[in-house]
Amino acid sequence: MNRESKKLQPAPYWNPLLAGISLGAVLLITFVTTGHGLGATGLTTRLTAWLGMNVAPVATSTNEYLGGMVEDGKPLNAWITWQVIGVAAGALISAYFARRIQFKMDGGKFLGGSKRPITALLGGVLAGFGARIAAGCTSGLGLSGGAVLSLAGFTFLGGFFAVGLLTSHLMKEGK
Amino acid sequence: MEITISGLILGGMFGFVLERAGFGNPNKLTAQFRLTDWSVFKVMFTAIVFAAVVLMILERLGVIAPQNLFIPPAFLGAAALGGALVGAGFAIGGYCPGTSVVGMMSGRIDAAIFLIGLILGTVIFAGIYPSIETLTTLGEFGKADTLPEALNISDLTINVVMVIAAVGVFFLGSWMEKKSKGLVTSQSK
Repeated sequence: MNRESKKLQPAPYWNPLLAGISLGAVLLITFVTTGHGLGATGLTTRLTAWLGMNVAPVATSTNEYLGGMVEDGKPLNAWITWQVIGVAAGALISAYFARRIQFKMDGGKFLGGSKRPITALLGGVLAGFGARIAAGCTSGLGLSGGAVLSLAGFTFLGGFFAVGLLTSHLMKEGK
Repeated sequence: MEITISGLILGGMFGFVLERAGFGNPNKLTAQFRLTDWSVFKVMFTAIVFAAVVLMILERLGVIAPQNLFIPPAFLGAAALGGALVGAGFAIGGYCPGTSVVGMMSGRIDAAIFLIGLILGTVIFAGIYPSIETLTTLGEFGKADTLPEALNISDLTINVVMVIAAVGVFFLGSWMEKKSKGLVTSQSK
C-alpha cells in the first residue's frame, strides 16, 4: 500500500484502555465540576416536550409527564441541552479529523439487512421508552451511576447487558 | 452562560472520546453482544472504575464532599426494567441514546432514525404515563442507594474488587476476540 492510498483510509479507533481511561477522566471532571455525571436522554425528553409544546400545546401542558417541563415555556433551558450539543460537536470534530465521516445506512449487515430503517426505529423506540422508566440511559444511569457505586446504576447495567445479549441472538444477519 | 460553557466543553470531550473509541459505529457496538469485539465492556468498565477510584481518593483527601454528588435513587425494579428495554433497543437498533448522536454526526442515517425512535418512545411513554407511572418507582430498595452501604463494606473494598473484575474482563474479552473473526475496525465493511 503506498502512502497516498493509506492517507485516504479512516484512522484506526483508539485502543479500549486508552478510550476507557479518557472516558473515565471526562466523567470524573464532570462529577467534580457539576456534582452529576453525563447523560443523553435528559435532552431527548426535553426535546419531546419542546416539540409537543409547539405541535400540541394543550395536550403537552396537561400531560402529567411533560407538563412540568413546559411550565416556564423553556423546556430546553438546561445544562443537558448544551452537553448533548457538545457531544454532537465533539463527535463531528473527532470523526472529521479521523476521516470517518461517511453518509450511509450502516449496521444492516447484522441488524435486519434491507429492513435496517425499521430495526433502527424500533430500537430507538424501545430505548427511548425504557430510559424513561429507568429515569436514565446507558450514559446517565449506567456509566454515571456506576461511577458513584449506585445500586440503580449497576442494576441498570445488569438488565442492559443480560437482555442485550439475549436479544442479539435473535437478530438475523441480513444482506 | 456558565451552564452553556460547562455543558459544551464536557459534552464535547464526551462526544470526542466516544467517537475515538469507535462507539459511533453500530457494527462495533453490537459486536459486544455477539461477543466478537469486547470494546464496549472494556471501555465502560475502565471508565467506571477509573472515575470511581479517583472519586474515592478525592473524597478521602477532602477535595470533594460525597453528599454533593448525585446518587440515583434505588428504584431497582425500574432500573432493571428500563435497562432491559434499553438493552433490547441497543441490540435491535445498534445504538444507545448517547452513541446514536455520535453515529449521526459521522454521517449514519440509521443513527438519525434511531434518534427519531427515541423521541417516539418518549411520546408513547408520556402518552400512557398515568397507567404506567408505578413502573418508574418499581422495586424501591429502602435501606441504601449505594453498593458499599447496601453490603456494609468499605468503598475501598468495592473498588479493589472492581479493578480485579475489570482486569478479568480485559483477559476474557481479549481471549474471546482471538477466537472470533476479529475486531470491528474503522475500515471494516
